[in-house]
Amino acid sequence: MTEQTSEHTEDSVRADVRAWLKDNWDPALGLVEWRLKLCDSGWGAPHWPKEWYGRGLPVKFNTVVDEEFARIGAVGVAKAGIRTLAAATILAHGTDFHKQKFLKRILTGEDTWCQLFSEPGSGSDMAGAVTRADKQGNKWIINGQKVWTTSAHKAQWGLLLARANWDVAKHKGLAYFILDMKQPGVQVHPLKQMNYHASFNQVFFTDAVVEPEMMVCDVGDGWTVATTTLMHERRGADGLRTWAQATNRQGRIYDEERAEIATTMAPYTWYPQRAGRVDLVMKRAEETGKINDPVIRQEIAKLLCMSKSSEWTARRARAAQNLGRPQGPEGSLGKLASSHVARQAARVHTYLTGSDALLSGKDSPMDGVIAEILVSVPATSIAGGTDEIQRNIISERVLKMPKEPSVDTNKPFKDVPRNIVSS
Amino acid sequence: MRFSFSNEQEEFRSSVRRALEARSPTTEVRKQMATEAGFDREGWKKLNQELGLTAIHIPEAYDGAGFGFGELGIVLEEMGRNLLCAPFFSTAVLATTAILNAGTDEQKKALLPKIAAGEITATLAFSEDSGLNDAASVAMTATPSGAGWKLDGAKSFVLDGQTADLIVVLARKPGSKGEDGLSFFTVDAKAAGLGRTPLKTMDETRKMARLTFKGVDAKLLGAEGGAAAPFAKTMQQIIVCLANEMVGGAERLREDALEYVKMRMQFGRSIASFQTTKNKAADMLVDVEMAKSAAYYAAAALDENDDDLPAVASLAKATAAEAYLQTAIHAVQMHGGIGFTWDNDTHLWFKRAKSSEILFGDANHHRELMMKNWKH
Repeated sequence: MTEQTSEHTEDSVRADVRAWLKDNWDPALGLVEWRLKLCDSGWGAPHWPKEWYGRGLPVKFNTVVDEEFARIGAVGVAKAGIRTLAAATILAHGTDFHKQKFLKRILTGEDTWCQLFSEPGSGSDMAGAVTRADKQGNKWIINGQKVWTTSAHKAQWGLLLARANWDVAKHKGLAYFILDMKQPGVQVHPLKQMNYHASFNQVFFTDAVVEPEMMVCDVGDGWTVATTTLMHERRGADGLRTWAQATNRQGRIYDEERAEIATTMAPYTWYPQRAGRVDLVMKRAEETGKINDPVIRQEIAKLLCMSKSSEWTARRARAAQNLGRPQGPEGSLGKLASSHVARQAARVHTYLTGSDALLSGKDSPMDGVIAEILVSVPATSIAGGTDEIQRNIISERVLKMPKEPSVDTNKPFKDVPRNIVSS
Repeated sequence: MRFSFSNEQEEFRSSVRRALEARSPTTEVRKQMATEAGFDREGWKKLNQELGLTAIHIPEAYDGAGFGFGELGIVLEEMGRNLLCAPFFSTAVLATTAILNAGTDEQKKALLPKIAAGEITATLAFSEDSGLNDAASVAMTATPSGAGWKLDGAKSFVLDGQTADLIVVLARKPGSKGEDGLSFFTVDAKAAGLGRTPLKTMDETRKMARLTFKGVDAKLLGAEGGAAAPFAKTMQQIIVCLANEMVGGAERLREDALEYVKMRMQFGRSIASFQTTKNKAADMLVDVEMAKSAAYYAAAALDENDDDLPAVASLAKATAAEAYLQTAIHAVQMHGGIGFTWDNDTHLWFKRAKSSEILFGDANHHRELMMKNWKH
């Protein structure tokens, strides 16, 4: 990526983007029409390379650019969903053909993406994928099943991790493809969750076809590429929940943006509940009169201690990052801390709600929001890396503790014991 | 709000850490904790004057260094980490904050330069035999006597009460109740009628005394009958300071336990390679880092006079109390049998964790205070 740190300052970037917006921003434009201007100018993704719709600016200037957009209510490029992971992966590992074909349509929001990594037989052990990629002529033929696929039913393209060589060790036999989701060999079915929502899908491949130019890397490098995608997923996990504040502004472009947000965010309506809704606790405690119960006061206080400490830990990590200091341990704890907060919040909501917590749906407290909290919180400690995996990551990467002896990484994958679920 | 330490603060931390590591290895801690005084007066005077420790947060007008709670917190965190046996908390935190919050300019000019220069040690006596930490439970009486006052009653759980040269005392007008009629006084340790009995403490690195007052001459500190507000402010500052000391100790326990499990071999492999050990180590890191965040935030809140202060101070103390003790429990467990022996150092911090948990109000007490003071 082109770095131009020496030539740019916060003030100069602010002046540049402000001048450009003054000349170009027009809420009467169509959403895609406007975003094409952003692609041409590079202001939609200023940290991307100049040759690929960016301006090659250091990522730290994104805040300044975002502020200037927000100041006048200018709409940005499409930023939510798996498309951002696709873009990051393609920028890092894709060919010029991939960049040419996909990046612009990612920024304009014309294409929707999904991530085909997890399988019924490989959750935490994602490198144990058994979806097959077999070469026939110059094409790849895909068979198998993926799961937990957000937006698969809307997606044009999928980021696919599949096994192309069974005679080498687990991590060595994986390939990474871009899969056309709109083909007869791909079937998508919603997956109903314990909280009634169906935010994810199961995706079945029966002789699905991948053209040779849609391979992102050589067989054997699939895991490395997948790691890039996952790294961006973890980094963006917090942003996702706060993204997409639809504005009330009037105009064609805003209507189109609102529709896009509604579609993109549809699977996430219960995500605030999944985190435990700490924001509702004090109000509920007062409304229910439980604020006067000394035992419940202790439980509320425990929750507030956790949630504030967790928030301040994240602020510490960000402050260190802004100063350009190496990441300290405080940067790795957020996910685990959020599980603790969510569980304690669910406990407190139960105490506050009493017998009404036996009910669900519209007749239950807060139109079912409380009930939804109680049955959504278990997802927090599983989704995006279980608490157990987080602890392993912390202990191995931050605390430099040794790995458990491995029984599956040094033999041909075909000889590794595995679940009997697919292919 | 400030969320990171400046480069200067980080350098300051390093220099304090280096000095304490050199002067206060656990051999020295064990030596001092076995004495009645609990510290080596000459050694402490030298270290204090070299680093200017008791001057840190005394304003320059009173010959101090004029730093804030951020810097004081750094010193305390490093002392908690090294279990320094010295009357620092009693002198620089308890007595100094009480004098700063309650004293007149003239009194500060008379008292603080001596503390800043390390010429005298001092403490604050507020708890009595009930062990309660609130102003309302103070029973000691102060009656006017000539130009001064006479104190009668008893104080207990007084940090370094057996060695302090100057004792700041919270007492009340006879017949007054609750937060009314409370005043601060200063008492010379050599005053007639003052009895000082060292208490045998569970945490031997934290010395305490019971003090009896029989018509002891005292000087009024600040306004007569006006101690309730400065005492409340002092308590907030004290618990934030203690929380910062505690996270330093918790971090040290965590690091030492981690180092031990990496070295300890069982079943043909390092016990640090077992997931059950790794999970515990990860949880300890979460606990300690969260408690550090709360302690640092509260110190910054003191420096910025934040509106949420009373609640935030209690939050920091409650969080540090849970984290330090839990870390200590895990640390003993991770050491196994050897962790329960006298010769292993873990118990020194375990006991400090326990004493810190209780001192100035336990986690339940502070959670309730936090709820009372929570603004929403």
